[in-house]
Amino acid sequence: MGKHNVTMTINGESVSAEVDSRLLLVHFIRENLDMTGTHIGCDTSSCGACTILIDGKSVKSCTYLTVRADGANITTIEGIAADGTNHPLQKAFHDQHGLHCGFCTPGMIMRAIDMLETNPNPTEKEIRWGISGNLCRCTGYNNIVKSVQQAAEEMSKEKEASV
Amino acid sequence: MIPANFNYHKASSLKEAFALSAELGEEAKYMSGGHSLLPMMKLRFATPEHIIDISKIEGLSYIKEDGDFLKIGALTTQTELEHNAILKSKYPIFGDAVWLTADPSVRNFGTIGGNIAHGDAANDQPALMLALRATIIAESADGKKTIPIDEFFHGFYMTALEPGDILTEIQIPKSKKNSGGAYHKVERKVGDYATAGVAVHIELDDDGVCQEIGIGLTNVSAVPMRLERGEEILRGKKVTDELIEQVGVIAGEDAEPESDLRGSEAYKRSILNTITKRMLNKALERARQ
Repeated sequence: MGKHNVTMTINGESVSAEVDSRLLLVHFIRENLDMTGTHIGCDTSSCGACTILIDGKSVKSCTYLTVRADGANITTIEGIAADGTNHPLQKAFHDQHGLHCGFCTPGMIMRAIDMLETNPNPTEKEIRWGISGNLCRCTGYNNIVKSVQQAAEEMSKEKEASV
Repeated sequence: MIPANFNYHKASSLKEAFALSAELGEEAKYMSGGHSLLPMMKLRFATPEHIIDISKIEGLSYIKEDGDFLKIGALTTQTELEHNAILKSKYPIFGDAVWLTADPSVRNFGTIGGNIAHGDAANDQPALMLALRATIIAESADGKKTIPIDEFFHGFYMTALEPGDILTEIQIPKSKKNSGGAYHKVERKVGDYATAGVAVHIELDDDGVCQEIGIGLTNVSAVPMRLERGEEILRGKKVTDELIEQVGVIAGEDAEPESDLRGSEAYKRSILNTITKRMLNKALERARQ
């Protein structure tokens, strides 16, 4: 079995480990690093519960080998806001009741971060297509769409204020 | 689900990839985006002993018009195809297809080269390549070879690529005046493979006579299928509603779909008839713009 030394940045901190060729990134994050905010849902790259960012791009971490992330900059739900504060998307999901059971929420938020990065002012249709690889079995999506809309507005305002 | 044991090797250049392939032999598989191969490995449908990671090789991600061709590097991701300005303005068929391929997170890593090299008639790009009459460029330690798309797909997961070959570039005849393409697939839900899909590319002359036509079908045969009889009916003629009707019927007749969870054989033939007509009309509309 192949073993590899990998080093990557996760939520701003450098992490090094020896991993098997076949170790999936979601298992590395949850089991080796004990960061359980990233969920495993379908485990077949359908549901999006395991979505994280690799170099800013959303990816389903159940379908990514840890060894391929050597040198990458990774963000998980734990790393999107400083302790004790909420990211605008987290706040919006709270305000708009964008979750019931919450299982899909970390993946939804990570996917929405990537979407708003490439398209800061999405239409409702673009939001629905943008989260089409993330499944929610509780909300019926309407409140998730509203959450993303609220966050988009807030993040645009923040951006304007910082210019 | 965890893949069976294998050894991972990273190639930083094509040369390194060829050397690894020569050393490791036929039990090694190349991986680019990994979004077709890794799911198969997790299900243990594929159990390669070695994975050669080619995703980090530089210089294989580009979209450019060069001479008579549109050239797309094999490692270009689906997301890059989706947002590319040249494709958006001159080759809208790509936008049609990418929009319906998997979902945004998968598209961030899945590559066009992998989508084609996988040799799966259920993938979307093969039908586009047939319609656009693409040429596949493959490289190996022995040099470069040029494979016309009609000679590329050999069977279920089988292509003209030989062990060691890497698909490096896709060449498509440059978009001409009065030409247009369109793609649609019927899917049960986002991210699903096509129940059936149709890609059309058409070129008209100034009088509206069809000079060239390509029709590719998704997931209705063991090998990505060209609708030859349908193309013949239109080539050299002024495209009328009546001819479009005929080609729709032919699509339903000539495809070889099988009944499965996505629908019965009869249903698939019926939707092929419908989407073929719709895509011909959409491609014509774009060609006339």
